[in-house]
Amino acid sequence: MSEVPSTRKPFFRRRKTCPFSGPDGIQIDYKDVKLLQKFTTERGKIIPSRITAVSQKKQRELAHAIKRARFLALMPYVLD
Amino acid sequence: MAFYETVFIARQDLSATQVEALAASLTDIITQGQGDVAKTEFCGLRTLAYSIKKNRKGHYVLFNINAPSAAVKEMERQMRLNEDILRFLTLKLDKLDSNPSPLMQSKQSRDRRYESFDMGDRFDSMDLEETEEGAKE
Repeated sequence: MSEVPSTRKPFFRRRKTCPFSGPDGIQIDYKDVKLLQKFTTERGKIIPSRITAVSQKKQRELAHAIKRARFLALMPYVLD
Repeated sequence: MAFYETVFIARQDLSATQVEALAASLTDIITQGQGDVAKTEFCGLRTLAYSIKKNRKGHYVLFNINAPSAAVKEMERQMRLNEDILRFLTLKLDKLDSNPSPLMQSKQSRDRRYESFDMGDRFDSMDLEETEEGAKE
């Protein structure tokens, strides 16, 4: 990495943590459309957990909640 | 007895009083089956994310139910028969939540809840951090 100019500090990315885990984690609720929308793309797809840093367990719960919201027409299956 | 949560969507052409009458008739089914409807929420006319049976909008109603499964089963059967009900979802819960559901809550109170957590910010910050760091040097 000697090509990196010395004027620039090595890029440090803050480690993200799961927003739903832990004692003060946010509750996942299929009725909470506003929250769920943060975990879908503008096309309406579920964002992978490697991007959002949601834990495996909570990602399953989240995906289930989004699918329930879709069934009740609270969220779209596809948006274009 | 178990806890259930039911959300159903009624047709858009129904009036608010008709929806209330519909909810009352479903509540009757539960009470006749030795059950109890702990909470009824009328979430009003909402725009559907996609049209169901040519409806663009629908009345959302939420029930919190504490009833034996037979009563819930009967209610679901009636819902299936009723043409005014576009869709319904019943879930079994560990405990009932007496607070108003997020469907009901006003916009402002919800915004405050997520002030500390904003996903959009997180995504942008990846690129932003990089440029800001460079600028500081």
